[in-house]
Amino acid sequence: MKIFVPRDAAALSVGAQQVAESIAAEAAKRGMAVDLVRNGSRGLLWLEPLVEVVTDAGRIAYGPVTPDQVASLFDAGFMQGRPHALRLGAVEQIPYLKNQERLTFARVGVTDPRSLEDYLAHEGYRGLRAALALDPATVVAQVTESGLRGRGGAAFPAGIKWKTVSATAAEQKYIVCNADEGDSGTFSDRMIMEGDPFLLIEGMTIAGLATGATRGFIYLRWEYPDAKIALDAAIDAAVGAGYLGENILGSGRSFQLEIRMGAGAYICGEETSLLESLEGKRGQVRFKPPLPAIAGLFGKPTVINNVITLASVPIILDRGAEYYRNYGVGRSRGTLPIQLTGNIKRGGLIEKAFGVTLRQLLYDYGGGSLSGRPIRAVQVGGPLGAYMPESQFDTPLDYEAFAAVGAMLGHGGIVVFDDTVDLAAQARYAMEFCAIESCGKCTPCRIGSTRGVEVIDRLIGGEDSAKQEVVLRDLCETMTYGSLCALGGLTPYPVISALNHFPEDFSSQPAAKAAV
Amino acid sequence: MSQKSSLRAIPIRVESASSLAAAERAAVLEVCTRLKTLAGPLLPILHGVQRALGHVPQDAVPLIAAELNLSRAEIHGVVTFYHYFRKNLPGRHVVHVCRAEACQSVGAVALEAHAKKSLGIDFHQTTRDGSISLGPVYCLGNCALGPSIMIDERLEGRVSPERFDAIVAHARLPGGTR
Repeated sequence: MKIFVPRDAAALSVGAQQVAESIAAEAAKRGMAVDLVRNGSRGLLWLEPLVEVVTDAGRIAYGPVTPDQVASLFDAGFMQGRPHALRLGAVEQIPYLKNQERLTFARVGVTDPRSLEDYLAHEGYRGLRAALALDPATVVAQVTESGLRGRGGAAFPAGIKWKTVSATAAEQKYIVCNADEGDSGTFSDRMIMEGDPFLLIEGMTIAGLATGATRGFIYLRWEYPDAKIALDAAIDAAVGAGYLGENILGSGRSFQLEIRMGAGAYICGEETSLLESLEGKRGQVRFKPPLPAIAGLFGKPTVINNVITLASVPIILDRGAEYYRNYGVGRSRGTLPIQLTGNIKRGGLIEKAFGVTLRQLLYDYGGGSLSGRPIRAVQVGGPLGAYMPESQFDTPLDYEAFAAVGAMLGHGGIVVFDDTVDLAAQARYAMEFCAIESCGKCTPCRIGSTRGVEVIDRLIGGEDSAKQEVVLRDLCETMTYGSLCALGGLTPYPVISALNHFPEDFSSQPAAKAAV
Repeated sequence: MSQKSSLRAIPIRVESASSLAAAERAAVLEVCTRLKTLAGPLLPILHGVQRALGHVPQDAVPLIAAELNLSRAEIHGVVTFYHYFRKNLPGRHVVHVCRAEACQSVGAVALEAHAKKSLGIDFHQTTRDGSISLGPVYCLGNCALGPSIMIDERLEGRVSPERFDAIVAHARLPGGTR
């Protein structure tokens, strides 16, 4: 009998390990042989720990399971998929999952992330085989034609970046994976690395073959120890089977991959800071130009892409650029792994073609707030993303549509707040966060963020509020146009959006707040 | 030309003002020897030192500097840039409480206040019995199941004040880790 219990960190955070141990113990007690597979998470996070059993009718899910319910599951005959209060039916028929377009996440939660055989049995490494049969320029052209844009947040066309590296001659080039997923409200990188690590490795290997880079680094944040374990195991397995390292699949080409751990600096998610950090320096932002594609890591041409960007490449090579670009809208092609988080009833990972609206995600998928109170605001795109009011909930997820309403899609994280949120406090926090995490290189960010906290404090305190608002807006303009990178440059997004859409929260008059 | 190469040959003398105990010194040197041939070795070395000693002691800085042929100022600059590297020995367990927005939306501010009150310490401090150090963290990637904390390298989700106390109490048991 095959039973799946996730090993994903989110599932573990609510007791999946104890559930797995209880199942093993209960089966032993009953003299039943079970094959316990530790899969990734399906991303239906409100149902974790989500246990699946393999039956003649497919994989049947039960959840959320607690260790003390395990005996009753056995009593009810869950191994045959029989009824129980926790039974959710065939996992792939759960509407939240069924109504997704899982391209990048096709295997996550399905396979055993430690098993290369399982990866191969589920169409793994077909992208690499396709890439090996093509000349490098054609591989780059496929990525360009797919319309894939950087999923880390900046949405720069991946193919253009690859082409630049490819066209720059050098004795050494690098592929760097930005796995410093620091934005609040995001975890899709983590889920890929823990739930389907071979996919990222395959994507990076293809990038290496396409651009002539023979070495790669995954810059992983320390906060993701489980991802480190999963990637280490996958790299060992891939090298052992000839998919990574010297002479990949007998092609004569090679690609070496190393993991490097970050050390708790949000700014290292900015690509040039990340490169400095990899070189062993303070993670301070570099001036651009030169672009990393021309002079990146150790001064060499470097492709630096987010986890999801690289993990989207294998399917493009396997199914073709056209297949991928047929998903999506406008200039946002393909799918986006959306992370629905915060105060939401059904939080999780939703991979959809671009074009789905916030409202669909919040209510059809999310089921409204966790607290049951009205949703008042959502912050999309991490700590540098705008706070959006209800009137903007019909905005489709599309890079350009978000930009048009003064917001940004970023890495696809949506943080939901109910009507108890104080947007003035959130705006203050945005400035405080910028002050804590600023690398200190440019003045608008380093000093502006601290002044920003002070001005917001005076504004909320009612000290000559009208004037303080003018100062705050002026300060935000300076940060927007004067900062060296997105940290200082985008911190005004949450601040100004909060001020524009929720001015009543900034009033020092309790009556004004109560009246709303 | 010949002048230039003779300049390069001047050995850098390291004044070892280090008051590091012999065992700690040996541990730092072991990490440096093992990792210094990596491309960009400094962060891996600092991680290795913190793993071996629980922190990066001030007195390890000149040793690392000598091993990498860098200035102490450069090493100091890197150590102090990153929030993760600690100057002081932590308690037996390190608890990081998430302060980021997704956790805020489900009660992280109250959890942070509770954690400080219940342990009787502020961030970057250690309880008097040496069992728990407390620190902030900005996102643990568990944003749909907040509020979240990390105790040592284990993630915990949906952490109510009561659950926080239970997790900490369990960690404080003799020999209690998990």
